[in-house]
Amino acid sequence: MTRPNRLNPGLTDRARPLNFSFNGRNMMGYQGDTLASALLANGQRLIARSFKYHRPRGVFSAGSEEPNALVQLRRGAALEPNTRATVAELFDGLHATSQNHRGSLEFDIMAVNDLLAPFLSAGFYYKTFMWPKAFWEKLYEPVIRASAGLGRLSLQPDPDVYDHGYLHCDLLVIGAGPAGLSAALAAGRAKARVIVADEDFRPGGRLNSETYEVDAIPGHDWAARAWAELLAMDNVRCMTRTSVFGAFDHGIFGALERRTDHLANSGGKPRQVLWRIYSRRSVLCAGATERPIAFANNDRPGVMLAGAVRAYSNRFGVTPGQRVAVFTNNDDGRRTAADLSALGVAVTGIVDTRLDEFIVDTTGRKELKTVLTNAGRRIEADCLAVSGGWSPNVHLTCHQRGRPTWRDDIAAFVPGPDLPPGMAVAGAANGAMTLAAALAEGRAAANAAVRDLGFAPSRKPVPRAEDEAFDIKPFWHVKGHKRAWVDLQNDVTAKDIRQSHLEGFRAVEHLKRYTTLGMATDQGKTANVLGLALMAEASGKTIPETGTTIFRPPCTPVPIGAFAGRARGRDFRPVRRTPSHAWAQENGADFVETGIWLRAQWFRHPGEKGWRDSVDREVTQTRRSVGICDVTTLGKIDVQGRDAAEFLNKIYANAFAGLPVGKVRYGLMLREDGICHDDGTTARLGETHFVMTTTTANAATVFRNMEFARQCLWPDLDVHLISTTDAWAQFAVAGPNARALLAKVVDDLDLSNAAFPFMACAECTVCGGTPARLFRISFSGELAYEIAVPARYGDAMIRALMAAGKEFAVVPYGTEALGVMRIEKGHAAGNELNGQTTAAQLGLGRMVSKKKDGIGSTLSERPEMNRDDDLRLVGFQPVDPSDALNAGAHFIEINDETPDMHSDLGWMTSVAHSPELGHSIGLGFLKRGADRMGDILRAYDPVRGKDTRVRVVATHHIDPEGERQRG
Amino acid sequence: MGYSAFKVFWEGLTGNKGWKPVWREPDPKPQYDIVIVGAGGHGLATAYYLAKEFGITNVAVLEKGWLGSGNIGRNTTIIRSNYLLPGNQPFYEKSLKLWENLEQDFNYNAMVSQRSILNLIHSDPQRDAFARRANAMRLSGADSELLGPEEIRALCPFLDFDNARFPIQGALRQKRGGTVRHDAVAWGYARGADMRGVDIIQNCEVTGFRMENGACVGVETARGPIRAGKTAVCVAGSSSRVMALAGMRLPIESHVLQAFVTEGLKPTLPGVITFGAGHFYVSQSDKGGLVFGGDIDGYNTYAQRGNLPVVEDVCEGGMAIMPMIGRARLLRMWGGVMDMSMDGSPFIDKTHIDGLYFNGGWCYGGFKATPASGYCYAHLLATGRPHEVAGAFRLDRFRRGAPIDEKGVGAHPNLH
Amino acid sequence: MIIDHPLLGPRDAAEFVYKGDAALIDRPDWQAEDAADKFHEYMYLRDNVAGEMAELWYHEHGDRSWLVVTRNTLTHKITSVELARDVARRRGRGK
Repeated sequence: MTRPNRLNPGLTDRARPLNFSFNGRNMMGYQGDTLASALLANGQRLIARSFKYHRPRGVFSAGSEEPNALVQLRRGAALEPNTRATVAELFDGLHATSQNHRGSLEFDIMAVNDLLAPFLSAGFYYKTFMWPKAFWEKLYEPVIRASAGLGRLSLQPDPDVYDHGYLHCDLLVIGAGPAGLSAALAAGRAKARVIVADEDFRPGGRLNSETYEVDAIPGHDWAARAWAELLAMDNVRCMTRTSVFGAFDHGIFGALERRTDHLANSGGKPRQVLWRIYSRRSVLCAGATERPIAFANNDRPGVMLAGAVRAYSNRFGVTPGQRVAVFTNNDDGRRTAADLSALGVAVTGIVDTRLDEFIVDTTGRKELKTVLTNAGRRIEADCLAVSGGWSPNVHLTCHQRGRPTWRDDIAAFVPGPDLPPGMAVAGAANGAMTLAAALAEGRAAANAAVRDLGFAPSRKPVPRAEDEAFDIKPFWHVKGHKRAWVDLQNDVTAKDIRQSHLEGFRAVEHLKRYTTLGMATDQGKTANVLGLALMAEASGKTIPETGTTIFRPPCTPVPIGAFAGRARGRDFRPVRRTPSHAWAQENGADFVETGIWLRAQWFRHPGEKGWRDSVDREVTQTRRSVGICDVTTLGKIDVQGRDAAEFLNKIYANAFAGLPVGKVRYGLMLREDGICHDDGTTARLGETHFVMTTTTANAATVFRNMEFARQCLWPDLDVHLISTTDAWAQFAVAGPNARALLAKVVDDLDLSNAAFPFMACAECTVCGGTPARLFRISFSGELAYEIAVPARYGDAMIRALMAAGKEFAVVPYGTEALGVMRIEKGHAAGNELNGQTTAAQLGLGRMVSKKKDGIGSTLSERPEMNRDDDLRLVGFQPVDPSDALNAGAHFIEINDETPDMHSDLGWMTSVAHSPELGHSIGLGFLKRGADRMGDILRAYDPVRGKDTRVRVVATHHIDPEGERQRG
Repeated sequence: MGYSAFKVFWEGLTGNKGWKPVWREPDPKPQYDIVIVGAGGHGLATAYYLAKEFGITNVAVLEKGWLGSGNIGRNTTIIRSNYLLPGNQPFYEKSLKLWENLEQDFNYNAMVSQRSILNLIHSDPQRDAFARRANAMRLSGADSELLGPEEIRALCPFLDFDNARFPIQGALRQKRGGTVRHDAVAWGYARGADMRGVDIIQNCEVTGFRMENGACVGVETARGPIRAGKTAVCVAGSSSRVMALAGMRLPIESHVLQAFVTEGLKPTLPGVITFGAGHFYVSQSDKGGLVFGGDIDGYNTYAQRGNLPVVEDVCEGGMAIMPMIGRARLLRMWGGVMDMSMDGSPFIDKTHIDGLYFNGGWCYGGFKATPASGYCYAHLLATGRPHEVAGAFRLDRFRRGAPIDEKGVGAHPNLH
Repeated sequence: MIIDHPLLGPRDAAEFVYKGDAALIDRPDWQAEDAADKFHEYMYLRDNVAGEMAELWYHEHGDRSWLVVTRNTLTHKITSVELARDVARRRGRGK
């Protein structure tokens, strides 16, 4: 295949040819090409279709501002939609396809929209599709949605990995064009820690695309030398392929580094790295973006920005056309013609608005053929280089709500006075539109920053370059009847903007939202200022009076996968395992997520048909003999100090000051608003030493609140807290044979009921000297203990306990059996302690001491929290024992014919099958519950199609007197 | 000007030159029956329903910026009535019913799209809580369903069923939930109110309240004083600042909620999906962008911008639940300032100052409430009595001990 | 954001848990005549200032200090960071 558009190697490497394909057509490019330059070299002009009218589109720019040339890159799970061909680096085997067309790219049937354009003007969809009503969901919306979007997702998990990284520096230089290189050199030479980042794979910015000289050598050579000098400095980190996308608080920047996007295969390495850069100062050297002029049919493939035409011809050695015309309102246009002529490309005409000539129309549906001017000139051209001036890339200066200001002399917005703290701006981004000025500003900004930080600036002078001509006379729009595009991707035309004004959508934000101007993937980088100019024209205001929209991060789009990093799949959150995890795994445990903990929920035995079999067996055997459960996940807090008792008295709603040494007490904790927060037990191991347990779920918040009370409310109490959840492995040993089992492992401690009664605690040793703590507490309602050993002995402890229990046929039990037994005993757990319930509702009202100041005691007395007709926690049994109860059912009266909101008497919080009782049991909150013992109600569960008669009973379904736990 | 397919067709044939301004740009009159402070969604809806349902048209809506510049212009566009508590659920169900007839009611296509909302369930306690909620929804007259994993897989095969840290165990679905084109809601209400004679006055910041004998008789504005029979504040995001002008402290903190949109993608998501084991919810707009969000940043702020840790947290949630979106690019992020109330629920109430009314505290759920909030506020302003579905939204509920705390986290605004 | 911890130096704000207005240090006297009103104000009403605000941050993923951070809610600029215990004592809190 011939590639007539290849002029010379430019900055590509002819020694490294690369094969690639576009829409199945095999093509060839070189190392150093972008997909766009390679497509142009191969004569591929039609690359995409626009969003709304499906107009044929080609390459428009040579950078990340590209509105047109979006493609789908790669295939399979690696399919990457909406990729700008202008920044996609070419690699061998690259596979690209076009997007957003039905039928082929060449014959897109959706292009019928273009014919219907008069009826698809700005906001048309707000005014129709309303009748008949049913048609919206059935017809209109499906049709609209079917045409939505550009590229498509693969629907498969992203096959690549992404990393996060953190970097620190004195000075972050954003952009490695002339200003950025000059800044980085200055700061680097001053020995400051510098990071210089550029989104391109080749540093140099416009130096690579223009024919300027710096220090009497070609600009791109100077850039390469500057980069080499920077790379050699230990104090400078040079980052290419890195887009600094956001300026966040306190000097923190977000940056995306593309690590393997330019390779055929990532080889398992991270595709991209999301860096958080912590900077003390920053210099923004992001350059400027060229903008077009609006004229009739200015969107045809072949119409490009003039700077892009120079980039393709100078840098990539590719001419975008064989007959190039130029349309300009400034001096850049003439430079384009000169550069092309020097390369031997035919320049067929220059149309300069400063000479009162402008383009009134173009022809060529799938590629540009001719342009017509108001002077009657008809210019043959397959490429039109357009320059409407340059807009400084001020985006990062606005991420903290700074607003840019307008400069008439360059007809552009420049950074305003409210820059993010620590930021300076240099070069074209600051409105310094010539090379010499950019070099000087970069150096000056860096020197000011490093001096501010205490470094001695280098005395090395600014590199020599010329101040090229930069004359511009604003010219935005060639008036006419035909459509002139402003926002190419979203198909917003000058007419749409006029109509927006006509209909009163005149505020900039109204304009943007009504017409969708600037809302496409390019965020209107080439369109926004032009759109503003047209609105200003329509409303008779100046551009600064018309305003500017707010720039929000990211400057350039960032893949969601990069933000997420490694936190996906099973690594989404860390896993906490209990000390007996390995043992449980060996013994058939099924695990369940409890927050980030993994806990055994039951232990499956051979022959058991389902989880209920396992759980029933565990409960039955625990209640019959003895069972063991790992309860390490409960929060444990060590409370020590002379004032520890007084402190706990404030933390708990019930009194703790009088708890004797060697005793455990159940404690109820309120939030300051009087609602129950948590419950647990606290043991007094010594006069000044308590050990608290919390629920698994609230371990962190209880500790946090206690530290708040300790440091902020009562700072002079002598009390210290340590979270020891991870330090101790703890096992519940429950059942009639619990004492006998423990007697075999506990050293020298009298476990008799007299010596170690219910709610006793002691420090002791087990297995011949291993330190331990023993608590006689019971969640199951059985004779029960909890034994704690340092976490490193947890695995050994479970094995020792199981071995000792063999003669009693001990069973391990999981969280399900634990739940069954606590429901049988009527203990509240997470479903009842849900942050909405009062002590009174839980039946624990009398625990809230009125004689002392405890957290939450005052606000718990508010009238609506103490109503007689309030909810009370009660028990439930099915009237027909064969009915299974469901948590989440609501209670209604038996004779309620038309249940509604007013019927609602409460809800079932927890249910279980009680193997001992042989039927389902439940706990739930019921209005006036205490007065309704024995009543029959309906557990109404329409969402599961159930409606069950239940009897109100006490919460203690078994052993109401508590004889077992005291035995 | 009535809108219809015919009108669009006719204008298309005649060059789209006959369109008229959607609203007037009136100068403020010296006096109104009711002055609404804030031309966000709720303020405009209030004006619309005052005019349409209660016949009160001598009304001004004052806006410091451009109309619709409040959180109606910055949200994730979700509508639903899947609340739990009796103080909330009937109100949101009323709102959903108003959404369902809104477009014909105000002759503007806001693209109310009831493509369902799916709240994923990842644990047994969560299933119990969602069952309770689903039944509460049914009792309020709303629709609800509980789905099992296989049903979810059929609807959303792209979710992570096989490699998830928190496996999907089920979902609560409300089929009538969905999304609406948010800006169009503001424009539709503004147009409807304007057509009925309401003055919508943009660029007119309220700088103080006029008080006489302890009663509020109007406002001071950037464009001069305006007297009002009743002054109705409706400025969520700025509530504390505006009410401080009347000497009031509110049970509200200001926090920023970030939201995100990707580049346009061909339609993939069947509706709204929320992740139950992380902070992430997502829908896909009619233009194809994935619109998603998560938790608030968590610190008091009036800056309409957030920081990176929350962006990462939200995207982690997204990748955890639907790892197919890794290569979708986040195009734009924005931050809205939320009135975070002390129990996560709003206020529509008279204040203790005669003539001064307050509507705010919508947390990050104000968008879906827009129609009912406007309707109920209009009802309160017109009749002096709270509407029956908004009777719990009183300012004194904390003093009485009757918070409406859906999440059960107490007086921690940043946790609601 | 970065919080300059008085003991540990600059730390990323993500290491901290936010509580809110430092007025939460001033917990009312439970035995006062108007304790119910005072606790209601303490718990529920906020100045919610747009500007400089003293607020409580907890270094949960660090040394577990509670800090009083003075930060501007419009710009996020931090002007001072102190240990909350010192502030509490200064405000008259003791045992």
